[in-house]
Amino acid sequence: MPNIDISTLPAYPFIGPEDNPFIPVKSSDLERLDGSVGKVRLPFGGWAWLITRHEDVRQLLRHPGFSSDQYRPGFPVLNPIPPKQDDASGLFIFMDGEAHGRLRRMLTAEFMIKNIRRIEPLIEETVIEALERMRSLGAPADLMAEFALPVPSMTVCHLLGVPYSDHDFFQHHSRVIMDRNSGPAQIEEALGALAGLIGKLAEAKRTAPEDDLLSRLMIERVVPGELRIDELVSMAMLLLVAGHETTANMIGLSALVLLEHPEHLAALRENPDLAPGMVEELLRYLTVVRTGLPRLALEDAEIGGQTIRAGEGVVAMLAMSNRDGVVFPEPEQFDPERREAHRHMAFGFGLHQCIGQPLARAELRVALVELARRFPGLRSETALADVPQRPMAVTFGVAELPVTW
Amino acid sequence: MSMRVTVNRELCVGSGNCVATLQEVFDQDDRDGLVWLRVAEPPESLRELVEKAVQLCPVGAIEAERRTTAR
Repeated sequence: MPNIDISTLPAYPFIGPEDNPFIPVKSSDLERLDGSVGKVRLPFGGWAWLITRHEDVRQLLRHPGFSSDQYRPGFPVLNPIPPKQDDASGLFIFMDGEAHGRLRRMLTAEFMIKNIRRIEPLIEETVIEALERMRSLGAPADLMAEFALPVPSMTVCHLLGVPYSDHDFFQHHSRVIMDRNSGPAQIEEALGALAGLIGKLAEAKRTAPEDDLLSRLMIERVVPGELRIDELVSMAMLLLVAGHETTANMIGLSALVLLEHPEHLAALRENPDLAPGMVEELLRYLTVVRTGLPRLALEDAEIGGQTIRAGEGVVAMLAMSNRDGVVFPEPEQFDPERREAHRHMAFGFGLHQCIGQPLARAELRVALVELARRFPGLRSETALADVPQRPMAVTFGVAELPVTW
Repeated sequence: MSMRVTVNRELCVGSGNCVATLQEVFDQDDRDGLVWLRVAEPPESLRELVEKAVQLCPVGAIEAERRTTAR
């Protein structure tokens, strides 16, 4: 790698302005970027190419010459990572090639649309229960704590077969893991606590299997010798963590968007069939994985007219590609009727694209429809500029969302 | 008139975008979640949705034969 004075490069990850959670990047950072593929300084040392255009991000994330293995030397690390250990044996989001395919394929059927439809009544039950509990606690309430956070963690717990009594435990530890302010020791401790409990649950299901994901992986994969128990435990933890904070932040921010646009909240109440299109536009507009997706070039490649050399890091900046005016006219506008909204890359792209997207879409749709239906007088207690953000978390969101009705 | 669609199960990662787009043509295997075709030669009237599925596939596992010019 040629010598580069990285101190002059824009510092990454970018964050948005403090007074508007809907803007992913401050204009002062946008102005410092050197073209659509430019260099940025990384938080834990080194630099990477930031890929910002929709077409270039598509091309990068589909390119076979880039690795997702964050333990490779030179990988553009964006978040603190635990030291490599057996606990990581099932974290296929950080794997390449056959190692990734082998584990992902054990889960794809679980998340198929037709199987998610089967658990949709359970999602509805979870959503309604959380909303009615919030109502019974009385206004004002924190929509994040009472609704946005419990719904996805309870849904993933249902999916895996984690008993309700362990729900608070999971919520707490997955939040520690996803928080950029957590140190490596805290992350390791939280991972260990979750792994311990899932391991215990999985063993219990070996002799008393139920209709859930942990039981099926245990009986169909571990028992015949296709999957090791440590792989099962770490894969289950990945699903819990990945399925929790992302969806929670999407629910919270989506509610905030609709509170800022009461006409869309009213339209959704009148016509729940608007929900699927609205959800796609919310995914595009909010793009909670604001730090983007890091990759390491294993071979020389050309992305967006820029030669990327083997050994160099790149970051697919999803939030900017989802506001690329070439694909999305007037990209800064939230428009639930936007025809091309479905082309967003909020779930990533390429072979690592989110496996849980049918589940995430179902949770968002049900959550927003029921929120609109059950709380016709819902309004925010806080001006948009004063809603506390969590800019340093892996997935962007608001820290709390006080509402009344 | 119909069009010809092919899918590559080696590339497929089971993200389900094609099924979400056009379930008359695409389905997922109950065992492994990977794509299979319900209809290999869908009618021309479905072309727009087939092309949407091609565009949304994260790994390029779907191909649709281009329209040949009418003679």
